[in-house]
Amino acid sequence: MINDAWFVLLAALLTGYAVLDGFDLGAGALHLWLGRSHAERGSVIDAIGPVWNGNEVWLLAAGGSLVAAFPRAYASGFSGFYLPLMLVLWLLLLRGIAIEFRHQLDSELWRDAWDVVFCGASALLALLFGVAVGNLLRGLPLDAEGRFRGTFALLLNPFALLGGLLGVAVLSVHGAAFVAHKTEGAVQLRARTAALRLFPLEAALLAAVVAASFAVRPDFTANFGRWPGLALFPLLALASLVLLWRFLRRGEDLRALLASGAAIASVLASVAAGLYPMLLPARPGSAHPGLDAFNAASPAGSLRGALAVCLFGMALVIAYTVNSYRVWRGKLRGPVYH
Amino acid sequence: MVAARWQFAFTIMFHYLFPVLTMGLGLLIAALKTLELRRGLPQYGDAARFWARIFAITFAAGVVTGIPMEFQFGTNWARFSELAGPVVGQTLLMEGVFAFFAESTFLGIFLFGERRVGPRLHWLSAVMVAFGAVLSGFFIVATNAWMQHPVAYEMEAGRAELRSLWGLLANPYARWQYPHVVVGSLVTASMVMAGIGAYYLLARRFERQGELFLRMGVTAGLLSALAAAFPTGALHGENVTRFQPVKMAAMEGLFETQEGAPLAIIGMPDVERRELMDPVYVPRLLSYLAYGDFRARVVGLNDVPRDLQPPVEIVYYAYHVMVGLGTIFIALLAVAALLLWRGRLFGARPVLWLLMLAMPFPYIANHAGWLVGEVGRQPWIVHGLLRTELASSTNVSAGMTYFTLAGFMGLYALVGLLYLFLFLRIVDAGPQPGRR
Repeated sequence: MINDAWFVLLAALLTGYAVLDGFDLGAGALHLWLGRSHAERGSVIDAIGPVWNGNEVWLLAAGGSLVAAFPRAYASGFSGFYLPLMLVLWLLLLRGIAIEFRHQLDSELWRDAWDVVFCGASALLALLFGVAVGNLLRGLPLDAEGRFRGTFALLLNPFALLGGLLGVAVLSVHGAAFVAHKTEGAVQLRARTAALRLFPLEAALLAAVVAASFAVRPDFTANFGRWPGLALFPLLALASLVLLWRFLRRGEDLRALLASGAAIASVLASVAAGLYPMLLPARPGSAHPGLDAFNAASPAGSLRGALAVCLFGMALVIAYTVNSYRVWRGKLRGPVYH
Repeated sequence: MVAARWQFAFTIMFHYLFPVLTMGLGLLIAALKTLELRRGLPQYGDAARFWARIFAITFAAGVVTGIPMEFQFGTNWARFSELAGPVVGQTLLMEGVFAFFAESTFLGIFLFGERRVGPRLHWLSAVMVAFGAVLSGFFIVATNAWMQHPVAYEMEAGRAELRSLWGLLANPYARWQYPHVVVGSLVTASMVMAGIGAYYLLARRFERQGELFLRMGVTAGLLSALAAAFPTGALHGENVTRFQPVKMAAMEGLFETQEGAPLAIIGMPDVERRELMDPVYVPRLLSYLAYGDFRARVVGLNDVPRDLQPPVEIVYYAYHVMVGLGTIFIALLAVAALLLWRGRLFGARPVLWLLMLAMPFPYIANHAGWLVGEVGRQPWIVHGLLRTELASSTNVSAGMTYFTLAGFMGLYALVGLLYLFLFLRIVDAGPQPGRR
């Protein structure tokens, strides 16, 4: 029971991360195209400036939860994904420097350089996060102790790469909707166009991933058969995508952003529902059945203590998040960074 | 294994260059904002805005170098994470959701929102930033204290199960370690503030602000440097003796167990011949510092098996560097405070020069202190429970770790250069009157 609660909580934290940091990653991936002049690019960065750091805290909270609740999955997963994880850390680092240091110097060369770093790192991160979800869906070859000993190249299999492309497409639409909501003038128009043009790609890639996942993971639908109520998540995903398309075409930026967030959340919820109770599923033929919310978990006492901490902490985080987005609501007028 | 140690040592020490400033600086900025609100003088607000810019780049560098720390436990130290995760995961999680989050959200409001929110909310955001920074430090120290002195747990199937969250947070080892860390950070921030102030007076630029920085930096610096020695340093030392007598023996270079042990002020430990070369002793003082009794018996390294001893030289020198620098800080800041009180500090150029040149040294003292704590705990990663060489990941090769170590070194060198460059630029531009 408590293990289930932790599974749900971890899925919720990662989903929160994807929805919140997703738009600033997406805005970053489209950065060079949305802003043509230095001032325009500055306005894209300004739009995410006050909130990106808070968004990344969700990743930290998810990491902390994983250590506290599922230490074996944390240890096995992180040491197994050694190089890709380091790559993610380095990209997060470069991206953070780019956002925070770009505006410190009034030089076009300086800003150009950081704009390229910001854009490249954001796009690669979106790709890598998609690849990670793809590999989770597909399952990993695990040894008898439940450790992944494969290479980086193994993680870049065609299915996972398809997931990576989907990640880039989904977050780009999400980011474009956010930029359209926060800016005015030429940047806003470009963001709307980008979202409209990328949306069909997002929908097509999502359909392709769903179709391919039936092939690589036939047992994925088992949970939906056992608990038909879970089918709510894929239906919600479908409904939010339809709404997203409508709002994008009508130029209702805020609603499009919310619909895109709902789509990301419900797609990830569907993935979690299908995986349950697996955290690191094993590929068929592995020496280990896979690390799940029971065999990878902390003892019950630790789980209960950490759950209380985490729920209380997340209540605070949500309160701060709401407050922060309230302070920064609406269009930005005038530069934020000074 | 060796590679993983180097990587952790390098990344954590580089990372700590930033939080050691932000924890103390957050408190000083909150004090400046309070003065602005109470006295209504815009000068304080301008000073707060200036230091907030320094805080912002320091915080950014701290965040980007800090995120890898949380993940490194899993990548390089998988066996440690499996054993200790159920316990240390708690404090790491609390750091993220309680402390770091408050700090980063309110920093956004504090830095960019002065014209969006009223003066009271802006003051509150400064207080919350300081609170978040100091609270972050608490959870990290609590995590470390558990590795120094594991409490409130039971071993179950090769994993440590947490028995009491309160017990973990109220670890007696952290009781004086945490205040010692916070005042250490306050010494750093105060001396940086005083040093920049001294620079402005010497360069004859922004002199009114320079005087304010000196007043605040010297006063806060003297108080916190005194507090670093007593009570926090002295009482934490007693705790170390109580929980880790071997570490204490290595810190003091004490080879022979003796009653009424002397304190070595200087001297070089010769581990092969098991003696301290060219020592200058204060008789019986070590017994007093360790146990509060001039005749107490202090255990020496010769009575401890070799494979339970830390590398004596590193621990010994790091400890003496920390204590020696701390003493010098007290002396320098006391002279400066005396001159300030007499109203002569702003013209005393030699003292201003010393204050300016002293800026790097509190960093060295703080890092030396952490070296004592961490290297002195060896060969244990969790004291008495797990040896460091049994804690690394088994499915990560040394070659991979050296590769990523090289990557971290390159990226951190970039972060360090950018930070210094921007720090100097902000100092050069100086405190600007706000747009009101």
